[in-house]
Amino acid sequence: MSNAEATIAVRSNGHALSLPVVAFQGSPSTLCKGCGHNSITSRLIDAAKAVGLNPYTTAKLSGIGCSSKTPAYFLNYSHGFNALHGRMPSVATGALLANHRLTMIGISGDGDTANIGLGQFKHACRRNLPMLYIVENNGCYGLTKGQFSATADLRARLRRASGEENPAAPFDLCLEAIVGGATFVARSFAGDKKQLDALLKAALSHKGLAFLDIISPCVTFNDFPESTKSWAWGREHNEPIQEIGFVPRLPEIEIEQQAGQATQVRLHDGSTITLRALREDHHDVRSRASAMDLILTSQEHNEFLTGLLYVAPEKPDFLDTLGMTDTPLAHLPDEALRPGPEALADAMEAF
Amino acid sequence: MTTSVQSLPERGGVADARGSVNDLAIRVGTVNGSGSQSANLVLVRALFAMGIPCAAKNVFPSNIEGLPTWFHIRACDKEYIGNHPDPQVLVCMNEQTAADDVRQLCAGGVCIHRDDFKESIDGGRDDVRFVPVPFARLVGEAYPPDKSDPGYREKLRKVINMVYVGVVAGGTGIEMDAVRTAIRQQFPGRKAKAAETNIAAAEAGYAWAVENLPEGLPYRVERMDGTAGKILVEGNQAAALGAVFGGATVLSWYPITPSSSLAEYAEAYLRKYRTNPDGTRNFTVVQAEDELAAIGMGVGAGWAGARSITATSGPGISLMAEFVGLAYFAEIPVVIVDVQRMGPSTGLPTRTSQGDILTMHTLGHGDGRHIVLIPASPAECFSMTAEALDLAAEFQTPVFVATDLDLGMNLWMSDPFEYPETPIRRGKVLDADALEAHIQQFGGFGRYRDVDGDGVCYRTLPGTEHPLAAYFTRGTGHNEKSGYSERPEDWQANLDRLTRKLETARESLPRPVIEADPDARVGLIAYGSSHWAAVEARDLLREQGIPTGYCRLRALPVDATLGPTFVEKYDRVYVVDQNRDGQVYSLLRMAMVGGLDARLISVTHYNGTPIAAADIAGPIADWERSFHHDGSLTTPSKAPSEPRAAGPVVSTE
Repeated sequence: MSNAEATIAVRSNGHALSLPVVAFQGSPSTLCKGCGHNSITSRLIDAAKAVGLNPYTTAKLSGIGCSSKTPAYFLNYSHGFNALHGRMPSVATGALLANHRLTMIGISGDGDTANIGLGQFKHACRRNLPMLYIVENNGCYGLTKGQFSATADLRARLRRASGEENPAAPFDLCLEAIVGGATFVARSFAGDKKQLDALLKAALSHKGLAFLDIISPCVTFNDFPESTKSWAWGREHNEPIQEIGFVPRLPEIEIEQQAGQATQVRLHDGSTITLRALREDHHDVRSRASAMDLILTSQEHNEFLTGLLYVAPEKPDFLDTLGMTDTPLAHLPDEALRPGPEALADAMEAF
Repeated sequence: MTTSVQSLPERGGVADARGSVNDLAIRVGTVNGSGSQSANLVLVRALFAMGIPCAAKNVFPSNIEGLPTWFHIRACDKEYIGNHPDPQVLVCMNEQTAADDVRQLCAGGVCIHRDDFKESIDGGRDDVRFVPVPFARLVGEAYPPDKSDPGYREKLRKVINMVYVGVVAGGTGIEMDAVRTAIRQQFPGRKAKAAETNIAAAEAGYAWAVENLPEGLPYRVERMDGTAGKILVEGNQAAALGAVFGGATVLSWYPITPSSSLAEYAEAYLRKYRTNPDGTRNFTVVQAEDELAAIGMGVGAGWAGARSITATSGPGISLMAEFVGLAYFAEIPVVIVDVQRMGPSTGLPTRTSQGDILTMHTLGHGDGRHIVLIPASPAECFSMTAEALDLAAEFQTPVFVATDLDLGMNLWMSDPFEYPETPIRRGKVLDADALEAHIQQFGGFGRYRDVDGDGVCYRTLPGTEHPLAAYFTRGTGHNEKSGYSERPEDWQANLDRLTRKLETARESLPRPVIEADPDARVGLIAYGSSHWAAVEARDLLREQGIPTGYCRLRALPVDATLGPTFVEKYDRVYVVDQNRDGQVYSLLRMAMVGGLDARLISVTHYNGTPIAAADIAGPIADWERSFHHDGSLTTPSKAPSEPRAAGPVVSTE
């Protein structure tokens, strides 16, 4: 590989930068060999390089758990924050308030999001916080040795001698995200490189909360044939609802419209998602009702549908609603932080 | 041995039947939701306008409408503005509590009450004067029925309160001009018509008092010059302005009494004073989904470079514990204002305490100690909230501001707020150029590398365009480069550096305010809102031949020199806490070396009411009288007095 090929062009603060590939990579993973999370990390690095994501202005946050370790494994040049269990969304919110120019990537797991963090997750959706929110969903607590999470299959059995049965039905996090108000909701499978690449690129270009529920097998605690979070089950049952293409914003190229054949969704930054339906469902990707209907029907049929379930690129995100000044609050000069003595005198007039 | 002196409510204060001039305590008993707040504020403002130092307390239930509520006003030429538990003048508008309220009156006190109560309210008291007033008739005359106004009855229900303003004014000598001005201040602009209606009602009450109480009441006020240059303000308003002028940029909060008004005031002030001409804002305010998220946003914002602040109270502090521990260990600035209420749990949500002080200092699990600033006045609520934002940035750590309901939600005469003299401090933050220079100088950048030897490391913010700027913030064990580490030496070195950082910070904290008395053998330590009762208690004790030296703590960790500079100078030092277990007393005992801890004696008050002078002076005088000391340091092995029902309880265990 030549040196020229080993750099990635990104734009940063209005100028072009050429960054080494190492800027997008991270420390070696300490997760189990074969863990689905490692595949997702690789896809994320690829997608970041492909869209020219600027690592300097990207922040990568996580909660606690196996998945939450992964921000150490990508985007070396980005600040990262391994926060508290289930509380990544509030930290992401605060960081974006401080600096609305940051690209925010949040990595969470099913225990982190569906159990302890369900509240913060749904409030981040409700606010349409502009971030990429990934759940690496393996249906169990890996780091604490395989306990059920709230996405574990009903009547699944613990991988231990006692073999307790899971008495409660799982949450569907995509459904929760749509109900909550997220504006980009997709499901994928850690083993589906092509679909994940397209979805991640599109999600990184979305302005608003982009939620990806990625089924990611836990090879140690939940990778047995009956598990819907296993490699084998995922490979056999993965049923993409569309063929997804992603066209980054390239002003000089007119996107070819193939009327009647593919749905095109134009994202806020000018890039485009193309969706070619692969099933007979008449799913309208812009309709929450249609998306929820699709998910609920697929549950009844025990189907593992993947793809972009819902997208609403035009909805204002949380930061749009706050009326903050353009300079990030973190970088305001002193005079913008402290009004003059006359303001204090004015305030005290009322006392 | 733990020695503790705790107080119970005690009758007996400054007032007596002979009367007083400019030493007036008024209590008004009403029903909440009845619109009496305006009337009560008019009384306070009129007293303030007459130049008499004053303060007022709204004692209210955790309820919106229909339950008893009281308003305490204190006006005193000696600037005693702490709680006064036994008023001289009582206004009873609420029959439900009237008999109980009468029991609180000082001997010789006056009870002004509605003349239409069904039951007798005297409770057998023959040392109190009862003044029934025909409120319904007077208000009806001042504000005759208006059939064209469908809201008349509702308005009448509120206007009736202004009649007692007039009666009290007429009885005590509050000038009607001051009352009129205060009413117009209370009903400004478009409410001018309401102002005139209310003035008529107050005048009706005043005329009735002049006619029916020709000699007036024995408790009088006269115009003086004690409020010039002062302001009348709530601590929460002051802290809110402190956030505005301290340069807070992110306020994330969750509603909880008694801190909600702080956040709401702050938002209003921020909108007014920190909005650009084009309408864009140099701040943001988010009402979070709970306190977990409120502090999470604050920590995230602090991490990314904002000056973040949240306001809460006890239960919120509990929910914030994990994040505060993380912020301490990951070294992230954030300010938490705790307007303390009486807990645990929901406890007494509308009553005051200093019950969170130790929790604030040590919040989180594992090793950790936090900076706590403790204001005693609105002026300090302002300056310390601003200062907390600087300290948090400078020392990259959570900083608490410990106020309480009494200070935060009640009206206090205060010095005006001083505009901050020093520029905003942002701490050791490296931008890309500074980082490059740092790397040249020190051969690299480590987020937790103590290159200056003061325990305070350099940080970069997300968004810094430099290949070595990024680091991975974590609550897990980490080395100087913020890499994951479980090595014992890394863990311990990091904790030791955090200790060093706190020692550095200690030098920057507000110093205790000490008023030494070379003749005194007794010292007094108080903090926060106890200050006002302590000042008054010192005078009471001096009158009883017990002069005291005084130390007001203003921050935790405590000043390292407190032993030699204060405690050592006195035989016994009483530490005043508004909590049951003497939290600061315990902390001081741990901090004192060389046997000085044995000189400390705890004085506590914890029934939900603000501490009064008698709650301090009573137990101390009792103790001192029983203690036939010869100057030695030994504390008595036996309790100086048996607990009695009506007096202070002294226990030793």
